[in-house]
Amino acid sequence: MKYAYYPGCSLRGTGKAYEESLLAVFQTLGIEVQEIDNWNCCGATTYLSVDELASYALAARNLALAEREGLDIIAPCAACYLVLNKTQHYIRDYPDIKTVVTRALKQIGLDYVGRVRVRHPLDVFLNDVGAKAITAKVAKPLKGLRVAPYYGCQIVRPYATFDDQGDPTSMDKLLAACGAAVAPYPLKTRCCGGSQKGTLPKIGLDLIRVLIEEAMRDGADVIATVCPLCQFNLECFQEEAGDSRPLSMPVLYFTQLMALALGASPGAVAFHRSLINIEPVLAAREIAYA
Amino acid sequence: MGLHRTVKFEADRDPEFARWISHTVGGERIRHCLQCGLCSASCPLSQYMDYTPRRLMHLSREGFKDEALGSYTIWLCTACYRCMVECPKKINLTHLMYALKERAIKERVYPKRFPIPVMARQFCAMIRGSGRITESWLMMRVFLRTAIWRMFGLRSLGWKLFQTGRLNLKPDKIERRDELGTILQSVATTRKELAI
Repeated sequence: MKYAYYPGCSLRGTGKAYEESLLAVFQTLGIEVQEIDNWNCCGATTYLSVDELASYALAARNLALAEREGLDIIAPCAACYLVLNKTQHYIRDYPDIKTVVTRALKQIGLDYVGRVRVRHPLDVFLNDVGAKAITAKVAKPLKGLRVAPYYGCQIVRPYATFDDQGDPTSMDKLLAACGAAVAPYPLKTRCCGGSQKGTLPKIGLDLIRVLIEEAMRDGADVIATVCPLCQFNLECFQEEAGDSRPLSMPVLYFTQLMALALGASPGAVAFHRSLINIEPVLAAREIAYA
Repeated sequence: MGLHRTVKFEADRDPEFARWISHTVGGERIRHCLQCGLCSASCPLSQYMDYTPRRLMHLSREGFKDEALGSYTIWLCTACYRCMVECPKKINLTHLMYALKERAIKERVYPKRFPIPVMARQFCAMIRGSGRITESWLMMRVFLRTAIWRMFGLRSLGWKLFQTGRLNLKPDKIERRDELGTILQSVATTRKELAI
């Protein structure tokens, strides 16, 4: 199994724990990845609102670079995953966009025919590796750890490529394969506010508070996320969001929990990057860490 | 006491704007809107909006340009795509929000020092310059241009992020950055040629 790897900007900044744990899980599961050579930012949700056509052309450069290598892309960041998928859809559906993009790529010596597939690690782990194969490799089962699986928006909307749009379960299955107890978490696809906390703070905090309080009601020990912006919002602004009562719900990437279960090194599990420490919870559940 | 007219007149409509929105990419189905309100009901931010998504769709397709572009709704949209997947007429609402934002930014119709368009411009400028986004630098640039005092409120968070190695001081840059300029130039040329 070999894929082109598109980490995205956040995994090199605030989301370092995502990359560190993801690479460890890849290695344990025998997934070979090759980082796309000099990849550029996908433009996220922002470039689209400034210059839509340009945003497709810039995102498509990454698609073409992977296509040249003949590999499918793994994009762990929810925004990257959506933007790359969306770019493919719009190039396919609108002839004018296709003309704009293919001409622009030709200028830098790239061809794009649309053969490449954009995949999410959830999809690859569940459908290419399989829950059974993962369970077989679990060294430290996450026994008794109650996890609220939080998918956020852009993994399942608007394109539900590998999971149910209303009630996704792929992360539930992966965490269960690692021995965790998965909470129902009905708000699993509700928006965290995106960049709203940075621009309109009050509104951002409202959206964050709802998600944390629901996880507490579900009796969760930890929230597992798939998106660097969701993780950042839920963890870093939790203290501020809790105005009347202090909140302290650990928020990790699902890959950190998988890496822990698969016996990865503490460096790869990357709990040292957390602002809200999960170690007391693990100790209470008698799950060995380091 | 400020009195405002609440009823809209035929003369307030801008037919060019109505034509534009239904011909823009993703806007083809806006005339199918039933005004059912599933978009507003499913939107996690509609309680903060001046015009809910349902009302914004109607105002836009009828050509009420000033109301549509001047609305906070387009800036509140986080692109969560909930309305779009709920819409029984499969209207590409999220994309229409993008189209309205793009036009509002082009025509510069938004409150002064409003952080969202400033952030959008800075974000794009950073991609054009470096090829990648360095989050810490992006936030700094936005605060410098909107609300510098808010940076002080973030001192403690910034320090925690620095201690956990999540705050990059050095901006990330790619090689062959000139390729991005070439792409953008070509996009501009083709756009003119195809008149889109």
